[in-house]
Amino acid sequence: MPVRVQTEDFDAGAEIARLRAGDRGVGAIATFIGTVRDQHDDAPVTALTLEHYPGMTEAALQEIVDEARRRFDVRNALVVHRVGALAPGDQIVLVVVSSAHRGMAFDACAFVMDLLKTRAPFWKKERLPDGERWVEARASDDEAAARW
Amino acid sequence: MRDSVSTSVRLRLVYLARLREALSSSGETFELTTQERPSVSSVVAALRARGGPWAAELATGRAVRFAVNHRLVRDDHPVADGDEVAIFPPVTGG
Repeated sequence: MPVRVQTEDFDAGAEIARLRAGDRGVGAIATFIGTVRDQHDDAPVTALTLEHYPGMTEAALQEIVDEARRRFDVRNALVVHRVGALAPGDQIVLVVVSSAHRGMAFDACAFVMDLLKTRAPFWKKERLPDGERWVEARASDDEAAARW
Repeated sequence: MRDSVSTSVRLRLVYLARLREALSSSGETFELTTQERPSVSSVVAALRARGGPWAAELATGRAVRFAVNHRLVRDDHPVADGDEVAIFPPVTGG
């Protein structure tokens, strides 16, 4: 499956190995891993909960991957996104794109992340020392998606 | 004077993340009766008329996003009988 939503952690090395296995036309693999920071807007983050919209999430991610395949010379692509309870330092999201050349791999990987940030139905809730708060979307994320 | 024709559609509404908490509801079955072409906007207008947190959370200018049958749409998107309409804050994954 090129897109997965799961509570379990992922092993980027194993995922990359599986994605490129047997494809000798691959000349470049770009990888992005998003992780939980221990700070947000100068407040210490002690935990993070990721909620999603079951039923829509996988379809939205698949649509983003399909769009990347139409726009770029992608040989293979994978998105793994975690949901549930996470802690600072934990991995959140993995994007892997293989291509013949680096330019397409870098661009397709950035494209998938920029669209994921604005179109995939995930929401983060942070735990701070004095309570919880929902993370607000950033205008810079819309701008990043708009450049494509 | 012409009689105005009203349409009625039965929808499944889903509220997510901050909206689910603010509205104290994860969703409901909703019967929308309107004299205009039924759209996401008509659903929002009907919910806003409930007042309280509904009016506050869905007030004009609040950043709210919509999906109909699991696809992101704008608020002018039509809704039909049996549709699942999700209402949620801007997404923050990744």
